[in-house]
Amino acid sequence: MIYPYIPHTDEDRAHMLEALGLSSIDQLFEVVGEDLLLEDSVPIAHRRTEDEVQRMIDSIAQRNIRGIPFLGGGCYDHIIPSTVKALSSLPSFVTAYTPYQAEMSQGLLQAIFEFQSMICEITTMDIANASLYDGAHAVVEAALLMVSAKRGAKKVLVSETIHPFSLKALKTWALGSEYEIILIEEVDGVSDLSSLPLTDDVGGLIVQSPNRYGFIEDYTAIAEQIHEHKALFAISSDPLSLAIQKTPGQWGADIAIGDTQSLGLSLAFGGPTCGYMAVKQPLLRRIPGRLVGMTSDREGRRGFTLTLQAREQHIKRERATSNICSNQALAALMTTIHLSSLGWAGMVEAAQQSYAKAHYLAHHLSQLPGLYVLNAHPFWCEFPIVFTDAKRMRKFLQELRNEGIFAGIRLSALTRRAEDELVLLVAVTEKRSREELELYIAGAQRVMK
Amino acid sequence: MSKILDTLRYSKDHEWVRIDGDKAYVGITDHAQDELGEIVFVELPPLGERYQKDEEISSVESVKAASPIINPIEGVVLEANEDLDGSPELINEDCYANHLYVLGSFSQEDYDALMDSSEYASYLASL
Repeated sequence: MIYPYIPHTDEDRAHMLEALGLSSIDQLFEVVGEDLLLEDSVPIAHRRTEDEVQRMIDSIAQRNIRGIPFLGGGCYDHIIPSTVKALSSLPSFVTAYTPYQAEMSQGLLQAIFEFQSMICEITTMDIANASLYDGAHAVVEAALLMVSAKRGAKKVLVSETIHPFSLKALKTWALGSEYEIILIEEVDGVSDLSSLPLTDDVGGLIVQSPNRYGFIEDYTAIAEQIHEHKALFAISSDPLSLAIQKTPGQWGADIAIGDTQSLGLSLAFGGPTCGYMAVKQPLLRRIPGRLVGMTSDREGRRGFTLTLQAREQHIKRERATSNICSNQALAALMTTIHLSSLGWAGMVEAAQQSYAKAHYLAHHLSQLPGLYVLNAHPFWCEFPIVFTDAKRMRKFLQELRNEGIFAGIRLSALTRRAEDELVLLVAVTEKRSREELELYIAGAQRVMK
Repeated sequence: MSKILDTLRYSKDHEWVRIDGDKAYVGITDHAQDELGEIVFVELPPLGERYQKDEEISSVESVKAASPIINPIEGVVLEANEDLDGSPELINEDCYANHLYVLGSFSQEDYDALMDSSEYASYLASL
């Protein structure tokens, strides 16, 4: 059927223009400056039917190469139970936005409350918010919280080993604001925390573990040192890793942040994902974003409600801790359903299998000539390998790709640093089968022999 | 009609100050608590810090608003009224018996510049 996907007929438009007292659509847009208007129309072929456009897009999509991904760098191919898609696509949930007539939506509020409870349990923190836009946004909000919570704070210390995109977001956000980002350098791929410049105007320190290279960092005695200076300590983590590594709460952090992509969110070309933030009790009035609380109604029945809204921008105006008045509702729901399906035991199993399989592959790759596995520090599901020359690295990626394997991502694609040119980040999740690992190892052996 | 005590001095931001020896007690006035409505949280200032006159020192949240507390006289925070932590409604019950915090080494000059009860009464009438 020939069907235009813009539903207005010429007659409809004529009616609308008449009602507005205008003679043409161009006249409607006269208020827009001339320099902003396109002189020619948008370069898209005209007069295609919905069906034709669908076919055209399908044929573009067909050109995607399907392969076995060993890709990470912040986005990982974990197993997602079918319950996630089945339940999160219920019409009553499919509005990717925070509820505004909030208490009408008891089901969604309960789901958010469960999300908050799960994030608290995973991070061993006291209070979690209803989610943030993504992991990078969570880092930004942590920095804002640090400068607002401490009187006279004008600096935030940030480790160079956090995800390059988070760092970029943070630098953008800090532009023109009244605080400054101080970079803490790395040594051998982990944060160098040996002499933190903890002056009186420092609001806190932000670190990440597993860090941008996949390494697990050691934060022994760091929290105490920071607290002595009345500053705050924030740790960003892949939440799945917290099933088996020391949690932000256990390290003594005040703020736990990260991205829940590893918990039920598909790769989807890198997004959208979902950020989380959890804090210790003293920061209850300062945590940004929506908070859902549990209460009971007049008849004593359990109910859920948005709570502590005086923190938020629509009440506190310019003095609010943050300008987020929303949350990442649908993605947070997916994470909640994912975790409900896995349970704690399932989450631990996914984390342990990711660890075991990543270490199995790292071990076999370390036997090969022409490359070495960086293993100065413990890692979880992702590790860097370094090639001795660029030609071999290219050949490695090309030949494995020919065999249907995406062998890893170039670190330099994330960091844009020349010194990272020969580094490949390899990620292995519980989803990779023994056969897939053997295929990778056999391919690598052929290329590197 | 708001309650005003003759023994206190007042700021334009509706804080009261009472001097007791070398300590200055600071709270919010009856007019302020009435405007705020039911108070649900009082943020207490950190101890040992020196605050200038007119500097934002803490905040009070009610069911309808969150308002900053503007420090009325320069001084060092000696004590914060911990009773308010669990029972912020004490301010609604008796705002003059329940101070927010206590300042030491305060500025006598700043104190002298505050309004007395009759000045504050006419200030309120002018609003």
